[in-house]
Parts: sequence; structure tokens; C-alpha cells
Amino acid sequence: MIAPLDILKKKRSEALDRIHSKEYLSVKRVHVGMATCEIAAGSKEVMDIFLQAAKSGLTDVCVSQKGCAGRCNFEPTVEIMEDGKVPVKYCKVTPEMAKQIVERHLKKGEVIGEWADNGKLKHPEKERFEEGHLCGKFFQVFGDVDFFSKQMRIVLRNCGIIDPENIDDYLSVRGYEALAKVLTDIPPVQVIDTVKKSGLRGRGGAGFPTGIKWELTARQQSEEKFIICNADEGDPGAFMDRSTIEGDPHTVIEGMAIGGYAIGSHRGIIYIRAEYPLAVKRLEKAIADAKSAGFLGENILGSDFSFDIEIRLGAGAFVCGEETALIHSIEGHRGMPRPRPPFPSVQGLFDKPTLINNVETWANIPVVIIHGADWFNSIGTQKSKGTKVFALAGKITNTGLVEVPMGTTLREIVYDIGAGIPGNKKFKAIQTGGPSGGCLSEEYLDTPIDYDSLAKAGSIMGSGGMIVIDEDSCMVNVARFFLEFTQNESCGKCAPCREGTKRMLEILTRITEGKGEEGDIEKLERLGTMIKKASLCGLGQSAPNPVLSTIKNFRAEYEEHIKDKKCRAHFCPSLLEYTVTDKCVGCGVCKKACPAGAITGVLKNKHEIDKNKCVKCAACYKACKFNAIARV
Amino acid sequence: MSCSAKAQDSKLSELNRFMDALKGLSRSESNLIAILHKVQELYGYLDRDAMDEVAATMNIPTAHIWGVATFYHYFKLKKPGKHVIAICLGTACYIKGAGEILEKLKEELKIDIGGMTSDGLFSLEEARCLGACGLAPVMMIDGKIYGSLTPKKVSEILQGYRKRSSGE
Repeated sequence: MIAPLDILKKKRSEALDRIHSKEYLSVKRVHVGMATCEIAAGSKEVMDIFLQAAKSGLTDVCVSQKGCAGRCNFEPTVEIMEDGKVPVKYCKVTPEMAKQIVERHLKKGEVIGEWADNGKLKHPEKERFEEGHLCGKFFQVFGDVDFFSKQMRIVLRNCGIIDPENIDDYLSVRGYEALAKVLTDIPPVQVIDTVKKSGLRGRGGAGFPTGIKWELTARQQSEEKFIICNADEGDPGAFMDRSTIEGDPHTVIEGMAIGGYAIGSHRGIIYIRAEYPLAVKRLEKAIADAKSAGFLGENILGSDFSFDIEIRLGAGAFVCGEETALIHSIEGHRGMPRPRPPFPSVQGLFDKPTLINNVETWANIPVVIIHGADWFNSIGTQKSKGTKVFALAGKITNTGLVEVPMGTTLREIVYDIGAGIPGNKKFKAIQTGGPSGGCLSEEYLDTPIDYDSLAKAGSIMGSGGMIVIDEDSCMVNVARFFLEFTQNESCGKCAPCREGTKRMLEILTRITEGKGEEGDIEKLERLGTMIKKASLCGLGQSAPNPVLSTIKNFRAEYEEHIKDKKCRAHFCPSLLEYTVTDKCVGCGVCKKACPAGAITGVLKNKHEIDKNKCVKCAACYKACKFNAIARV
Repeated sequence: MSCSAKAQDSKLSELNRFMDALKGLSRSESNLIAILHKVQELYGYLDRDAMDEVAATMNIPTAHIWGVATFYHYFKLKKPGKHVIAICLGTACYIKGAGEILEKLKEELKIDIGGMTSDGLFSLEEARCLGACGLAPVMMIDGKIYGSLTPKKVSEILQGYRKRSSGE
């Protein structure tokens, strides 16, 4: 029998031949970003121009697509690679710029410096990783870009580097080698042991040790077991899993197959949001390609291990990120959670033992296998190993996807990677963990990012949403925003979550409308603590977090809303007072716009607002062309 | 047979083909959500007659089907307008002023979220993060994403759709 590893090596060399014969390694390669975010920014039109140019005579150029490298505010991005040269990274490429790049760079070899984000055009860092290291390739391309200097790419190692729709590309970066390796000479028990020793913890939010979960499921005696990949990324402000799948779908498939081998399962299911059509399409293609190449299906790589993966679509229910709700949804029911135990590892999908991990956790697995538990263990803090991917957004200069070693501080992410707050505004808060997480104030900026430190500070690691908030946002309203979301998404099964969040939302709404009462804060705290303790699933147990953490860190803002009827961010419309300033030229537009008849004045003379009649609709504020209406 | 009746017929037969393929599988009823996705793909929403067909073919009680359909936000129970506008109300967009954009949309279209304009040209929905946070605030019209929105830009975009539609 030929060993799986040898079969893999043969397949890889065939893949490399195909790549070379396509003139992939011809003189110049053009990579155009084609992830959802890139396409939204207009990359399709840019791609067309390069394809057109390649078709009409540019024979030494190979054009290919790539996933998102994570620099959202620079999209669409285009990289031009030539052997022996620093890859040139063009940003915010318009179709017009693309035409110029074709003419000047591709035809004449001129690097258009002012459009390229090459830091100082120094050579990308190569020394950080040994030759052939899975995580090294990324830095060979992007190592000179400041945005990535504090990052470490394990999960996103291939995102923005390979063509996600081409399995040959994945094979060329040692793809499926981890699977072949375990099938060749690592028994399942030892695979589980490696994952345990690596210290990897679930990246879906709760941080349960992955190896222990695997071990529990492996121990169950059952004819049928399931592997599930949770790709129901519901946090409204997080897109790590979408980017991972869109940029490197095979890594998730490989991770799942290794998991299947370790616990003795032959069937995997990826539960993914229907709102991610491109990610679904790429997964479908990747699964089909993996099947025809023999990495999925019967007798994988000549071994006696068989494993298959199917895709199930979610349908927009946040609660389905909770594992028991997710299982109900796959079974074709309303996605409602049930009490645990029994845990899914004992009794899960169709009552069979089921191993559920999220996208990011699965994507770590091939690296853990290839480079070993010790290497993985060397990254991160004592109790949190490896890296974490965050979707950095909100009031921040560099929005995008960042992957940092555990232990990096929030300050490093906001100021070094994110380049601070735009428009000279003041930092106010950072929100992690989405609707289940909390808001941390400036004093927590030096908190190292790991499961325990964030929890201690009053937030959570969460799945990876990270929103920066500046002085223009009202914290009471931010809390209300998240609670409105969870309230809406509460499935209604248990009363604490269903009724409790509703009451909390009513109180918060009242406060933002200037009708807050003495004792409201205490009421919110009491309700929140009760809901956390008494709810059935993670949704309810974490729903009060945004409120409780903002009360803890921004109590003064709540008090101002309630006692002084003031919103310091000038955000809550009902708490603002409208006055006419001396800029008024007396045009009368505001008088016409006011629905309450609160504005009086004679033409060409300064007008006045009757505070008792004003309904605070802001119609005058919007109508005034002279910025003469002030609101404080 | 009228033209639209024929179109309805072909949709129904495609739906039946889809269900037939699933019926033979073990635990076939677990594919209910996939079937509902198919109905919505074909009809644009969950058409009542098609849902009855699903119940009969898959041998699943109608009440259960509607129970599942109403649980998930993604499924539309009403026929949408010609152009579907989904305004992103995710966190990043919210922080960057999605509220103002929503107000402008409501004002221009004179409808609320979930509504359809009287001429049937637009319907308005909310979305929870379209994954284009770098361009926040964003909205999506028929799958095309419009980013870095301002109230003024919204008016211009809607005007463009109106013009194209009256030109047709």
C-alpha cells in the first residue's frame, strides 16, 4: 500500500505542474481581491480590466483572484508579484487606475509608488519563519506593510495569498498535508492528544478547550457520529468566518476531516448563514474539488478512512449560533436551545455524539498538526494559546481583519494596527464580543487579549467582533442598540430572556428619551444579573453584558441622562435643546420645516424656537442651510 | 393558459423536482429549511400555495412548516417589491450613522421596515451586518452593495432606480 503522505506528495507535484503550465509563475502575477467586501468596494470592474488586458496581448501576465487579506479600508486591493522582487500592493484601485497599472506597471515595469502601500518598500520579512512554514508565506507577501507588523497569521495564513477557488493553489501551500500526515502514521488518540497539548480553545466565544471536547466525543460508543462546523456568524459587526471561508475554504474542510478521523466520524456538516452567498458558493466548489481529488469521500488517500461534508444553510436566527439551537435547525426545526447536559458530544445531532467547533477553530487544526503542539503552545499567554482573529470596525482609521497573538493589548490593536481614531476624535470605548460582550473604557486599553483577562475586565473574547467607539456615540444608546438586537433575537423559550430583556429594553428606551427615573440604573443591574443567572442558553446568559458593562464603566453617562436629561454625545434627540444662533439670516426655511409651529420670526430677522412647543424632531436642524441651529 | 400561469407551473415543477431528490434520503424531513430556501429562491417569498405543496409532498404538517418559516428572519412572508433594499443595521454601521440613513430611506420611500412602496418599486428590509464594515454605513439593493452612505447619496441612488424604471 502506498502511504497517504506519498499520494499527497504526488498530487501536490501534479498541482504544481499544472500551476506552472498555466504560466502561473510567468513573469508577473496579478492578484485581485474578490471577497464580498472587495467586490462591494468595486473589485469586479477592476478584475475585468486586468482580464481584458491579459486576453488582448499581455502574455507574460497571469491574473488570479484572491480572498480578503484584511485591509478593508484599502479595498479594492491588487498585488503584483514578480520573482525576486518585493510584491507591489496597490490600494483603493479604481478601474481608471487599473488601466494605468496595466499600461505603466505591467507593460513598462514602472512601479506607481504613490498608489502602492508598501510601507517603505523594504523587503518583506522572511526570517520570522523557517522555510516552508505554513504561516510564512503571508509575510513573504505582506511583511512590509505596517498594518501586519504586529499580526500573526495562523487562521488567515492563506487569505489574500491563494486563489480560494483553486485547489491546486491550496495544495501548493502544503494543503491537505496535515490530513495525509495523520492518515499515514498518527493514530486518532495521538491526534487528540496533540490538540489537547496545543492548548487550543474554542474560538466561537466561550473558549472551551478543544482537545477535551474532541476526547469526550471520541469516547462515546456509537455507530454514527457527526462533525459540525459552526459558520453561523451572527454577531452584527463581525465577519471573520466569512473572510476565512471566502479566502481559504479548504483549510476548514481539512480541519474537519482531521476531526472526523480523530473521533471516528464519517459525516460532517457545515452550518452557514444564508446571508453569505459567496462563502457558500466557494465552500460548495471546494467540497466538490476535494471530493474529486480524493481528500473527501470513500477511502481518503488510499486509507480506510471515509469522510464526507454537506452544507446546511441557516436562515437568519442569531440564537442558532448556540450549539443545541444549531442542531435543532439542522434537524429542520425552529432553532431553539435545550438544557445541557446532555452535551452534544454525548447526544447531539439526531441524538448522536456530535463534535461542534466554529470556523476559526477548525482552521487552526492543520497548523497544529503540521507544526506540532509545542510550536502552537509557544504563541499566546499562559492560558490562551495561539492567535485570535478580530473584525476591527467602527470609528477607527484602519478597519479590517486582524489576527494577533493572544496577549496583544487592546491599545496595540487600536493604535498600532488600527492607527487610531479618525478626525481627531477622542477614544471612548471598545466593544468586544458583540451583543454578548461588553464595552471597555480607556483605562482597560492595556488589557492583554485573552479569555480570562477580558472576562475579568467585564467583557468577553466572543467570536471576534471589535468595534471602536468615539466621543460622538452615546453609551446608553449603544447598550440599547445591542439589547434591542438580543431582544429581537430571543427565541422566547425561557421567560428570563424573553420577558427580562424586554423590560430592560423598555427602561433603556425610556432613559434615552429623557424619561428616566431615579432607581432605573439599579433596576437594570438587578434585572441583568437575574437574566444572566436564570436564562437557558448563552444568548440570555450574556444578553445583559452590554448594559451591565456600560453601567460599570460609564455610569456617569447614565446618571446624566436620568438626572440632568443630558446626552454628552449629543446623540439622543430627545435630550437635545434646539436654539437659533446669530448665524441666522432670517430666511424662514426652518419655520416652514417645523411640524409643531414652534418657530417664530420675521423674514430677514433672527428667528426663535419656543422650547415648550418644540418636539425635538430636528427638522429645523436639517433644513437650515446656514448651520444656524445649535443643539446642545 | 396565460403566461404567468405557465411561469407558476414551471416553478412548481422545479420545486417538486427539488423535493423528489430529497425524499429518498434518510431523515429527509430535516431538509425543511433547504426546501424553504428553494421556495423563496423561486417565488421571491414563501408563497402560500407552494407551502401547501411542500406539506403534502414531504408529509410534514403545515403548522410545523409555518412554525419554522416564521422563526427565521430570512424568510419573507410577503411578496417583495421590484427592488429590495436591505439597510445594514449591524454594529459598525450603527456607530457610523445607519440610523440617519434609515430615517432618510423611510422619508423618501414613505414606508417602514418590512413595507413596500405603493407603486411596488421598492421594499425595505433591515439586515444584520452585510460584512462590508469597512464601507459602513452600507445598504444593499438587489444584491449590489452601496457603501459610505450619506442621506444625500441615498436620495441620488433611489432617484437612479426610479429613472431607470420609468425609462423601461
